[in-house]
Amino acid sequence: MRRRLADRTFTLACGLAVAVALVPLASLLWLLLARGLPVLGWGFLTGLPKPVGEAGGGIGNGLLGSALILALASALGLPVGIGAGLYLAEAGERPLAKAVRFVAEVLGGVPSIVLGLAVYALLVRPMHRFSALAGAVALALVMLPTLARATEEALRLVPRDLREASLALGASEWRSGLLVVARTAAGGIATGVCLALARAAGETAPLLFTALGNQFWNLRPDQPTASLPVQIFTYAISPYPDWQRQAWGAALVLLLLVGLLNLIARFATRSRLGAGAAR
Amino acid sequence: MSGQAAISIGALSAGFGRTTAIRGVTLDVPPRSVTAIIGPSGCGKSTLLRCLNRMHELGEGAWASGSVRIGGADVYAPGEDPVELRRRVGMVFQRPNPFPTLSIFDNVAAGPRLTGRRADLETVVEGSLRRAALWDEVKDRLRASALALSGGQQQRLCIARALAVDPQVLLMDEPASALDPIATARIEELLHELRADLTVVVVTHSMQQAARISDQTAFLYMGELVEYAPTQALFTNPRVRRTEDYITGKFG
Repeated sequence: MRRRLADRTFTLACGLAVAVALVPLASLLWLLLARGLPVLGWGFLTGLPKPVGEAGGGIGNGLLGSALILALASALGLPVGIGAGLYLAEAGERPLAKAVRFVAEVLGGVPSIVLGLAVYALLVRPMHRFSALAGAVALALVMLPTLARATEEALRLVPRDLREASLALGASEWRSGLLVVARTAAGGIATGVCLALARAAGETAPLLFTALGNQFWNLRPDQPTASLPVQIFTYAISPYPDWQRQAWGAALVLLLLVGLLNLIARFATRSRLGAGAAR
Repeated sequence: MSGQAAISIGALSAGFGRTTAIRGVTLDVPPRSVTAIIGPSGCGKSTLLRCLNRMHELGEGAWASGSVRIGGADVYAPGEDPVELRRRVGMVFQRPNPFPTLSIFDNVAAGPRLTGRRADLETVVEGSLRRAALWDEVKDRLRASALALSGGQQQRLCIARALAVDPQVLLMDEPASALDPIATARIEELLHELRADLTVVVVTHSMQQAARISDQTAFLYMGELVEYAPTQALFTNPRVRRTEDYITGKFG
């Protein structure tokens, strides 16, 4: 009797905890949809911001700027992050590998605004300008730890059997690593890339004093560049109701994009597991 | 005898760190035959096998001394390239380990591709699958995933993959221990045919299997070679007491 009571109590408590955890998420989604959806439209997605007082205007330049900065950040961050992961998986417990792993963990724990400050001091000041490139470097730093960790984990999941199989065929170490091991781990690495991109896409703080933002179309990496999160920030703290409404719309777009990246990451993981399960 | 031996092992010792797995093993393997290595678990069978294509040295803290001559040259001589050696000495593992992301065709083609021989892949793949007695079962689905095959088929695929680089020697580490009796029988049949032009060394913990498939048998105990003789002689008339005890099931 007592046992059953305890069992019920705990089940109830767990259910309650789940409900409490879901409430903020649900209300957040509801709020975003309720306030963001009315703003959405083709003009909003492709238009330039209009001066205060004029109706309409959009976040097209922010979307394009985010894409540009993320592309640059990927070009910088993916080779380094995945390369570091490859090294960590191969090197195992060597002192240098331990050091690299530790540094990556510390980098992952550094608040992103500090990363932005560092890039400001190292890149923006010497270049005398805010730029998409500086923003990309900051975001690449945000992505590095995730990439290195995900790559290492994915490679470690590749069974020793497979590596040995390829070595026994007379393949050199690096060819085995590249062709067999990396290929088997590709799904896991793709997942890591999507998660890192999703995280970087939502970062605001490192962009505030690196890419800064602007009101125009820009594809030049050496110019200040608008980005979705910074645009949301600017609009949200502005005193103008019209801008504030647009901030909700932009937030909804950002959430959808990040959600999409996460979904792709989930999908990549699943197809990898599907291929790995023996029938 | 070493003049005509396919593999000539001289005073070979090997181990990891401070432990010794095999101690002063000397034996000659004649060409185009099947040699079985038997012995209780942990007696060094696998280590001995893995010394032959220098896979042993991939382990943490692995060491080896002595000589292994395959086709004349000592594979442990300075300057010998283990990668080149492994193209002459193929290996099949205990658990079937096809490349999971590759098709049946690409699994067999992996060896030639990895070693840079790309000409006439179709012929090589078909020939290897035929030699591994798998062609008829897979010829209509060469593009299917290797994981779509049964365990026994996967193991024969691994044999085909090893054969595709045209080795002189094939090493097999308990190739049937993860398979059911029917799949095991097929692998054993296959060994009979492969012996026509290959030197096969097979580690097994099944004495019945050794008796069925091999021309000569080496009995290893605690890292030392206790007895090495033609299979029939070793099983019917062992010269060493310990061999007799083992094959009659007194220990092991």
